[in-house]
Amino acid sequence: MLHIKNGIVIDPKNGIIGEKMDIFIKDGKIVEEVEVNGCKTIDANGKLVVAGGIDLHAHIAGGKINTGRAMRPEEMRHVRQKTGKFRAAVGRTLLTSPAIGYEYAKMGYTTAIEPATPSIYVIHTHEELDSIPIIDKATLPLFGNWHPVLRYSADKDIEKLKSFVAWVLERTKGYGVKLVNPGGVEAWMYGGNVKSIDDTVPGFGVTPREIITSLIAAVEELKLPHSVHIHCNNLGMPGNYETTMETIKLAKGFENERRQVLHVTHVQFNAYTGSSWRDIGSGAEHIAKLINSMDNVTIDMGQPIFGYATTMTADCPWQFELHKIAKAKWCNRDIELETGAGIVPYVYRPKNPVNSVQWAVGLELGLLVDSEKIAVSTDYPNGGPFTSYPYIVTLLMSRKFREEEMKKAHPYMEKATSLSSIDKEKSLEEVITMTRVTPAKVLGMENKGHLGVGADGDVVIYDIDPLNYSSNDWQTILKAFENPLYTIKSGEIVVKDGELVGETWGRTFWVDARADTTTEIIEADLEEYFNYYTVKCCNYGVKEAWLRNPVRITAG
Amino acid sequence: MRNAVCTFCGNVCDDIEFDGVTGKNLCPIGEAKFAAKRRIEAPMVRGRRVSYEEAIEKAAEVLVNAKRPLLYGWASTVNEAIRLGVILAEKLGGVYDQCSSVCHAPSTLAMIEEGIPGGTLGQAKNRADVVVFWGCNPVEAHPRHPSRYSVMTKGFLTKGRQHRHVIVVDVRKTATAYLATEFYQIKPGYDYAVFTALRSIINGHEKAVPEEVGGISKKKLKELADILINGKYGVIFYGLGLTHSRGQDRNVENIVKLVQTLNRHTRYILQPMRGHFNVVGAGEVAAWEAGYEYAIDFSRGYSRFLPSEFTAVEVLVRRDCDAALIVASDPAAHFPKEAVKRLAEIPVIQIDPHPNVTTLLADIVIPSALVGIEAEGTVYRMDGIPLRVKKLKDTGYWSDYEILKLMLDKVIQLKGE
Repeated sequence: MLHIKNGIVIDPKNGIIGEKMDIFIKDGKIVEEVEVNGCKTIDANGKLVVAGGIDLHAHIAGGKINTGRAMRPEEMRHVRQKTGKFRAAVGRTLLTSPAIGYEYAKMGYTTAIEPATPSIYVIHTHEELDSIPIIDKATLPLFGNWHPVLRYSADKDIEKLKSFVAWVLERTKGYGVKLVNPGGVEAWMYGGNVKSIDDTVPGFGVTPREIITSLIAAVEELKLPHSVHIHCNNLGMPGNYETTMETIKLAKGFENERRQVLHVTHVQFNAYTGSSWRDIGSGAEHIAKLINSMDNVTIDMGQPIFGYATTMTADCPWQFELHKIAKAKWCNRDIELETGAGIVPYVYRPKNPVNSVQWAVGLELGLLVDSEKIAVSTDYPNGGPFTSYPYIVTLLMSRKFREEEMKKAHPYMEKATSLSSIDKEKSLEEVITMTRVTPAKVLGMENKGHLGVGADGDVVIYDIDPLNYSSNDWQTILKAFENPLYTIKSGEIVVKDGELVGETWGRTFWVDARADTTTEIIEADLEEYFNYYTVKCCNYGVKEAWLRNPVRITAG
Repeated sequence: MRNAVCTFCGNVCDDIEFDGVTGKNLCPIGEAKFAAKRRIEAPMVRGRRVSYEEAIEKAAEVLVNAKRPLLYGWASTVNEAIRLGVILAEKLGGVYDQCSSVCHAPSTLAMIEEGIPGGTLGQAKNRADVVVFWGCNPVEAHPRHPSRYSVMTKGFLTKGRQHRHVIVVDVRKTATAYLATEFYQIKPGYDYAVFTALRSIINGHEKAVPEEVGGISKKKLKELADILINGKYGVIFYGLGLTHSRGQDRNVENIVKLVQTLNRHTRYILQPMRGHFNVVGAGEVAAWEAGYEYAIDFSRGYSRFLPSEFTAVEVLVRRDCDAALIVASDPAAHFPKEAVKRLAEIPVIQIDPHPNVTTLLADIVIPSALVGIEAEGTVYRMDGIPLRVKKLKDTGYWSDYEILKLMLDKVIQLKGE
């Protein structure tokens, strides 16, 4: 039992903005005021008290990040912690599994979602997730280039698609439906790509538009807690904002009272104007306007951070382009009839005009899009390390800090983006929304992102007084977010004064959507399909018993 | 049990039917694995039979009292056990190394230089119309590879043997060469030069190529380049012929560059023919737990990677370790003489189902359950695809996981942490 007293609480979901109040945690949950005798008390007088942060898109586990580690030993020479009471933790922007859990906790984050798992590799993803201490987690299997999905979308057979999605989520212990460059990865198997949402996928006569809308229909009918989560076509290319806008508009035909019907991820990488690298510019304003005018689409930033990064995505054709552009080493993996993966190291240089534009586009999105519709992310480790979230939040909150940082960027940024003309400074309430409330809502995690009774006992205390701070004093803001006074995970103190003091093991959420579906209608298809697999159907996927701490969530 | 998983080679076939004594669908080497064999009967400390608990306690004492123990092996056990092994090495300030360091480690080094444009075995089965075996001999080393994945198998787009152009390149006419559409015999040690010649031809620098490279005429090389470039989807499998001949990692690096070049014209992937059923896991688990795949030293309290210093052979030859834990491996039979000499000098703890040469010089011997037959867990096929191997029959032997779990607990207890 834990009693946090006198803290100044910001809990936007429950309408609490900077009120002095006490928080009680019992059995890992927030409870009503309880008998405080004999209960551990933390005095948070004049300090900010918020829910634990949620990262809805970070490649923290699985074949991609691990291949990245193996191919980049240079990343591992950054020592974060020696072995002792806790595990050794190493890694510059690619971290080891223990380091990932520790570093999230050390900036007040308690939940993170691995957003792209090839289903056939899912045991690996879960093994790694189970090796990450402290945080709660989940994984999203990839659907956008999977042969049965392409076939059912071409046939417009939503019933079969629903059954297939439910079957996959159960087999993989997955949380939701992820699409990466739908159709484009299948085209890559022939050395191609798709250039718009109306291109035809070779061999299937289906378009990305049809794949996306079919999957949205299936996910909505299955009432999954999380909507379709999409990495759009044409990622990284100048002029791609138009494809992104068209993709976003696909949500117009759908409705959901509880949440968005489409989450478009790391939009920064999909928000460029121009026709080449010479005239690339920002499409952030167009996209922000569109998102703000709709109420069923959300996005996350995908903010690049100047410095080292390792790009890794299922978008193989783009990774091959990047390998050629950056002249960097390149790992690729074409995966059965499901999907693919590519990994290319990258450095975002402030003196590079394109990188400067990318940096500005991310911030423009963060500033211009309503906080209820955008979450903070770096698309870890594509844009940079997740440990930069305090930096991003401070940039959003302080125009003065932005001006300092803009001085580092290439002057082309001024011409190609409107970042310097944006005066907006997000309030504490808004950034707490972007890092807690919005991601929880996007993911459909009702017990996360707030401090109401029944919520998870994930609480963070930051050394900043919400009633008395100045956005010009960005040093104080940055320091506060980088070093929480306390991070409390399920009622256990894991971080104190920015230092790790406890280690717990979080849960893995997965969604069971089988209630309203039947595998009977897809059984014959599966049987035929697994003839072409190199793994037997019965040996495919992962059982609950193999996971450390699984939590089943029933859809509906 | 139907659809059991074989735990011998990197194929990790998952269609074995096992009735408790013999298995169907097994290849000759898989059959040997499943056949009853001589086992280490009981835990022993210097030849004296003891309980598991006592052997493990003694082992923990040896490891804690060592300045820098070597923890080696791991390719023939499950990830769950490997993970404990990495943590154990970290807690002890020892060295973690695995069988790759005398096998496919040059592939890792090449990946560090250039990456690996790869794919799963299902891609060979479903899409490949050109299949190349370079310096590897699956017919004898991975017997079901051609029929399950790469040559005779019927795939989604490539419907069988007649639709695949199969090329074998080797220094001698191997059993696999008899499966080939074309066989190219090259001079030992000339792989690097042949890759460079092929790259030159494909990149349009044909003039720079001499009349003969590595025993193959320029005409034949041009033919080969044509076949490669005319494939819609090609898969190149390579083996120890590249990693263990002159050039080692540079050979692999050059074939990676060849595949990069080919991908500018058509689609190609590259796949190493990994040996043991979980040698991939022995690298992957270490990568997520400690950041590196092999040759990891923890003596400074964090992980460091240096193949020229921290691989098992180097650590032994330099006398840089003063105790060794050998799990599911037989270094005494395979390491150079100087390394084995050192192994004989220091206290050695062995965990293995079967007696082998290492058993003869081990001070503490702990028998374990056979992974995939008597113990379950996760293993990674040669292309990294994870499979859960099953427990098919009961045993009185402890699993590697159980032994290492207790050993780690004892070590933490003895170190007072």
